[in-house]
Amino acid sequence: MISLKNKDIISILDVTKEEILYILDISKRMEEEGSSDILKGKVLANLFFEPSTRTRLSFETAMKRLGGQVVGFDELGTTSTVKGESLRDSVKIIEGYCDIIVLRHFLEGASRLTADSVSIPVINGGDGASQHPTQTFVDLYTVKKVKGGLENLSIGFLGDLKYGRTSHSLAYAMSNFGAEMYFISPPSLRIPKDYLEELESRNVTYHEVESLDEVSSKLDILYCTRIQKERFSDPVEYEKVRGVYKLSKFVMDELDVKDDLKILHPLPRVDEMDESLDDTSYAVYFQQAHSGIPVRETLLATVLGAIQ
Amino acid sequence: MKKYEVSAIKEGTVIDQIASRSTFKVANILNIQGIDQVVLIGYNLSSKKLGSKGIIKIEGKLLTQEEVNKISLIAPDATVNIIKDSEVVEKFKVAIPDSIEEFLKCFNPNCVSNHQNVQSRFHVINKNPIRIRCHYCERHMGEDDIELV
Repeated sequence: MISLKNKDIISILDVTKEEILYILDISKRMEEEGSSDILKGKVLANLFFEPSTRTRLSFETAMKRLGGQVVGFDELGTTSTVKGESLRDSVKIIEGYCDIIVLRHFLEGASRLTADSVSIPVINGGDGASQHPTQTFVDLYTVKKVKGGLENLSIGFLGDLKYGRTSHSLAYAMSNFGAEMYFISPPSLRIPKDYLEELESRNVTYHEVESLDEVSSKLDILYCTRIQKERFSDPVEYEKVRGVYKLSKFVMDELDVKDDLKILHPLPRVDEMDESLDDTSYAVYFQQAHSGIPVRETLLATVLGAIQ
Repeated sequence: MKKYEVSAIKEGTVIDQIASRSTFKVANILNIQGIDQVVLIGYNLSSKKLGSKGIIKIEGKLLTQEEVNKISLIAPDATVNIIKDSEVVEKFKVAIPDSIEEFLKCFNPNCVSNHQNVQSRFHVINKNPIRIRCHYCERHMGEDDIELV
């Protein structure tokens, strides 16, 4: 029997295929059943050391819709970190105030350090360019919903594959389901070798290409990501690659693609996806964004032991 | 009788089968500049197994487990010979541990272990060639990325 009670959700590498499917099944139930009070009396600490709107708000909404309460902050300036307090000390103090922590941080591995430091469950809300597992569950939930299942899909990852943590996490997760993967990026933003090694160890078939039209006809899912300006230390490097891929209705009409191709994007977008794409049958990214609530409700409820 | 290219020692440790390029890194691990005993270093010696090898002999020295672990990351083929009365009384090949704590630095400048006062931790995911994964940021490091502290 699967139980996620007290489990930290830090990296998709920590989660088994069975646990993924369990989370997606419960998420479907959550979406169908709506609000409840199963987390009444529980307090979530939303610790956002780096700005985020949708991850923070969706966790807050999810907690409140299940009857729980939320405390926290969303900027570094209001924390004791500016006084020189270590992350470990901060979270060890805060764990006394709450039942569960969601952490977003600019340092990679900050969530793992937090989970190692406290005894309450910790959910990684994104750390640096590393993992963002809850977004991955949202992505998986959307893929399962729009394709009817997760097995044996061809998935293209487009855009910033060097710093794009959502692509990294989703690739790991899809490796459980026999996916064939196409990594489409400019040479300077190729997926790091680490991730390819991990995929190789999981016997994933993958291809690296620079242009979408080389592989578009093979794809069931196109996972598009923003080129993240904030990850570039050199603005010249950012200018070289910004706008290198621009999807629009016109581009999709010109490309050879499957009729039932679906395009996902973790949002926000900048100029990689034109609004003309929004009304096409390919676009499912707003549906994807809305799935953030039932998925995060599920994660909160299962690790807090409210659903067994 | 076999003629040694580097003279024998009477009591101490001989580290053999070090890939030539790693010889002085191993010497640094052992901090030989800070010790008073006799140290003999052979470099670019012929080796059937490695092609070219290094060897380090230190009079009166026994390695600590931490030193052996460090050497295993830099010179995974190395063998350690304990010498007493000019005889080899114990011989073993260094072994890469399954996890490594403390003496390595994560090469990712944005890793939390490089910014907070925490002990670094790594999981060994492959021993030959060596690949390790940072416990915190999950980035992989190979032989060229390994930086001992």
